[in-house]
Amino acid sequence: MISRGRAKGEALVSSESISFFGGVDPSTGTVMDKKHPLFNRSVAGKILVFTTGKGSTVGSYVLYQLAKNGKAPIGIICREAEPIVAVGAIMGSIPMVDQPDTFDFKDGQTVAIDGYNGLILVED
Amino acid sequence: MELTTGEEGTLNGDYGQVKQKAMEILVALGEIFKADRLIEISSVQVAGVSYKTIGDAGLEWIRSMSSEQVTVQATLNPAGMDLHLWKQMGIPQEFADKQLEIIDAYTNMGVKAICSCTPYLTGHSPKFGEHIAWSESSAVCYANSVLGARTNREGGPSALAAAIIGKTPNYGYHLDENRQPTLRVNVEASVYEESDFGALGATIGRIVNNGVPYFSGVKNPGADSLKSLAAALAASGGVAMYHLDGVTPEAASVNLDGVEARTFTQEDLSASYEQLSTFQSGDVDVVTIGCPHASMSEMKKVATLIKGKKVAKNTKLWIFTSLATKLMAERFGYLGDIRRAGGEVYTDCCMVVAPVEKFGFKRMAINSAKGAIYGPSTSKVDVLFGTTGRCVDIAVKGHA
Repeated sequence: MISRGRAKGEALVSSESISFFGGVDPSTGTVMDKKHPLFNRSVAGKILVFTTGKGSTVGSYVLYQLAKNGKAPIGIICREAEPIVAVGAIMGSIPMVDQPDTFDFKDGQTVAIDGYNGLILVED
Repeated sequence: MELTTGEEGTLNGDYGQVKQKAMEILVALGEIFKADRLIEISSVQVAGVSYKTIGDAGLEWIRSMSSEQVTVQATLNPAGMDLHLWKQMGIPQEFADKQLEIIDAYTNMGVKAICSCTPYLTGHSPKFGEHIAWSESSAVCYANSVLGARTNREGGPSALAAAIIGKTPNYGYHLDENRQPTLRVNVEASVYEESDFGALGATIGRIVNNGVPYFSGVKNPGADSLKSLAAALAASGGVAMYHLDGVTPEAASVNLDGVEARTFTQEDLSASYEQLSTFQSGDVDVVTIGCPHASMSEMKKVATLIKGKKVAKNTKLWIFTSLATKLMAERFGYLGDIRRAGGEVYTDCCMVVAPVEKFGFKRMAINSAKGAIYGPSTSKVDVLFGTTGRCVDIAVKGHA
């Protein structure tokens, strides 16, 4: 368990790491890092699945800002949590779990997460 | 991670939402880094102060936490402007208003607004073996290495959480086994100036990344050089601690068996100076000293070098320090010498976190490796990295 809360929604999946500072627009939720596979996609309202966080620690504030602007993911699954994303998820009250049994998620799948107990349920 | 009944209660919200949030952050970090428990701390340095870096979201976050008080000694990192002379610096009113709101929010929580990256020079100096939670990478590296206190590289929010709870998860640099060297560096180059130590740190930081370097072969370094080395190692790599044979307090008790070794030659030193600069000649808009914040001896050095001379008409000489050091420098006459020459001493801020891009500077000379590393990205300036003497000389001539 990383960040408390429950969420269910459509998965947005990346097999790469994400730097929220400089990588995601805090006012729209759109990925603005041109080199990122999710470039131009929006994280808003999604269960965001990615490997791990990277980059500046200011990234935590970006997650908080996304949440305040209503543009945050509704839940986060990381293969390995690291402090920038974990702290940002807690600041923004975004449910987050890490270390799924397998990292076999697909875009558009309906995924439910339980941040109280660290559980993940894929619905199809 | 094992929690006490009281800590469980805090996590479940028994003591209010703010303490719950703070505890959630500490517990999550503890889980990620496999800490066994939380340990008590005595001191916190809080980064995440400049409006330029944390923005409106940061201000809102601090406000959301500010119904609680910090429970241990806690001080603030530099802000984005001199809290008194911001107009003279050229800071826009709107930026200043936001910056002062951030300072107020922290102050209301009991965090002391020293606004310095060198708290250890202004009366906030933990003792050997003390567990602390500091953010500000250069101060973290100085505290672990030179003071022998124990801290991980905290971010602004986790440092604030630790200050509210008075605890931090027990992992990383709090444990003996993680304070052992991972790379031996035999320094063959003659390192004397503070900037030489910055050049050394910039190169070795890149190689060792987040390991612990052990330096030998360095003769009688001054305290300012130790500060410069800490800042450079932390900025170019993720170094949180170094050992210096015969100087730092834990160097004599480390285990060097099987630790990889390399040398740092005179050629490596010259190459580092060159790599840290993006230009070597031509006009210079601003010369900056004081990253990390200038100590009293550095104030004296600059005053001695500039006394009786004049800073060139189209160039600025800006020295950054803490308010405490500036006030004493005024008493000792250094401030007068610098001002009569046309230089200025600013407090509470620095070139890394001030909105330098708003000042119209394009080319900066600096004696700090950390400043040279960050300048091109955070301040969009070209940089010339040189000794304090060369930097003051450039300020007088107006060009390199």
